[in-house]
Amino acid sequence: MTQQGLEKVGLTTVMLTILRREVALAMRQKGEVLTPLVFFVVIASLFPLGVGPESALLLRMAPGVLWVSALLAAMLSLQRLFATDYADGSLEQMALSATPLGLLVAAKALSHFLLSGLPLVLMAPVLGLQFGLDGRSLGILMLSLLIGTPTLSLIGSIGAALTLGVRGAGVLLSLLVLPLYIPILIFGAGAVEADLAGLGASGHLSLLAALLVLSLFFAPLATTAALRISLE
Amino acid sequence: MKTRLVHWFKFSSPQNFYFLAGRMWPWFATLAAILMAVGLWISFFVAPTDAQQGQGYRIIFVHVPASQMSMFIYIVMAAWAGLGLAFNTRLSSMMASALAPTGALFALLSLVTGALWGKPMWGAWWVWDARLTSELILLFLYLGFLALQSSIDDPRRADKACAVLALVGVVNVPIIYFSVKWWNTLHQGASVSLTAAPSMAVPMLWGMLIMVFAFWMYTIAAALARVRNIILDRERHTEWVKHAVE
Amino acid sequence: MVCGLAPIETGEIRWNEAPIQSQRDAYQQDLCYLGHLNALQESMTVSENLRFITALGGSKVDQDQINGVLSRFGVGGRSNQLVRHLSQGQKRRVALARLALSPARLWILDEPFVAMDEAGIKMLADLIATHLTDGGLAVLTSHQQVPIGAVPAQVLELRA
Repeated sequence: MTQQGLEKVGLTTVMLTILRREVALAMRQKGEVLTPLVFFVVIASLFPLGVGPESALLLRMAPGVLWVSALLAAMLSLQRLFATDYADGSLEQMALSATPLGLLVAAKALSHFLLSGLPLVLMAPVLGLQFGLDGRSLGILMLSLLIGTPTLSLIGSIGAALTLGVRGAGVLLSLLVLPLYIPILIFGAGAVEADLAGLGASGHLSLLAALLVLSLFFAPLATTAALRISLE
Repeated sequence: MKTRLVHWFKFSSPQNFYFLAGRMWPWFATLAAILMAVGLWISFFVAPTDAQQGQGYRIIFVHVPASQMSMFIYIVMAAWAGLGLAFNTRLSSMMASALAPTGALFALLSLVTGALWGKPMWGAWWVWDARLTSELILLFLYLGFLALQSSIDDPRRADKACAVLALVGVVNVPIIYFSVKWWNTLHQGASVSLTAAPSMAVPMLWGMLIMVFAFWMYTIAAALARVRNIILDRERHTEWVKHAVE
Repeated sequence: MVCGLAPIETGEIRWNEAPIQSQRDAYQQDLCYLGHLNALQESMTVSENLRFITALGGSKVDQDQINGVLSRFGVGGRSNQLVRHLSQGQKRRVALARLALSPARLWILDEPFVAMDEAGIKMLADLIATHLTDGGLAVLTSHQQVPIGAVPAQVLELRA
């Protein structure tokens, strides 16, 4: 009776199961999803308070400020990516399961994007209006964030895996991950600026997309290695 | 032939390497001191005064070698760490950890000398040109490596985690450099660049080369000395260390 | 180490005649591990947890099968309860249910009899015995005498 006749499932179903689980968990703890979003709004609002409300200056600053705020907000929720699973033993089970860890990791990173990146993308236009960006620029901003935030999740997962269970993990995670985020920031904010300057954002956006593809292939590898090291 | 190979392999044990390094590092240190003296003499007395930049430009004799070393050391460090990860050898990871502080030091030196050069040249203590900014990011990568190392208590786990970090870093460095260059050229028309060094007269080239070698020798000496300390620390529960220390 | 999580210092571990490192995916298909931690998400229900873990193992399980296996272990009515509302003993029983649902041939159990009452111990012993007679393999560690009946077993006593 131990060998019950269970139906076999394919890998995509497993990945979807992970996604569903992460979303379900997040829905049960809505605070955890909303906090980074609120953080995003607060940080972005700090800049005008710091530099003054002059609209030309704010418009000039807008792409950079909004991108930096989004980046920091996305990073805030990275620590939780593996921590709870590590604590209750689920991560160990995932590492020992029949499904390759790399795929599970990719699914987790994708769910991080859905739960923290996507809300940022949707929130950004509201903040962009506060900085005086017009409709077209808001569109480019959203697009750049849409392509950039999954990369942030993927690269961030490497940092989260390396610092699992370590003292002072939160700040250490930021220190490790922020230098790696710099190219994404440059191309993301640069896309909006290029569009504002009339040069067209397509160059920047394609570079962003290239970074996404690269990290989609290589980040799960590094994250898996880091997870196995942390689980030893 | 076979005995020769076996001979070299015995140095991959920390105990044997400890004594080998102990004999080697004073030579490198002496060499470093001599080369540095020669290099500095050339840079101060032999190289001619530049028409545009006056005496201030002489700092590039420290700045350029320091930047090159900081880059080179990062790659070597990542290579050692990668070896330690792949073959599970303790000494390789110890070498990586020994190199990291020296690399960070050179990155810092490069930044400081860059600032010292910038002030008389362009009136500002800092310019956001591509090279200096990339150097700053490299310093962050070094600091991240050192921070990760010190936060993980178990030395083997720390070694392996830092190895993953260093390898990810080494892959990212070209990407970061490229993106910073891109950022720089887009934002500044007339690029204020520290790479616009005065056209090199022969004595200047010699001076620069000698300083590079001096820094290499210093790096090897420092790394060997430091790895000896790391070995003592990690292997402190073994018999030979107890004998060696007393 | 047997699970392949920690590195091996000396010697090697083989499964199906080949070292485990060279066939990680295949090895893990045949493996089910139960350790100190229950691997149950507190904010999800019992059914959700079981569905997730069997999915990780590559299988799908329907609600009837879940209910069936839960009642076998005496936690029948709890399939829709959040795990955080269960007692320690009940959580352990759910972990056993997971074991029962797993198609793996090799079970690695780390001190499975700890934190279990008498009924629970009997259930686990029966479960392991059935697994063994069905042709499965179980490796377990324990600080107490293992009450599994007349099944041939190799016992290694390790002293510190």
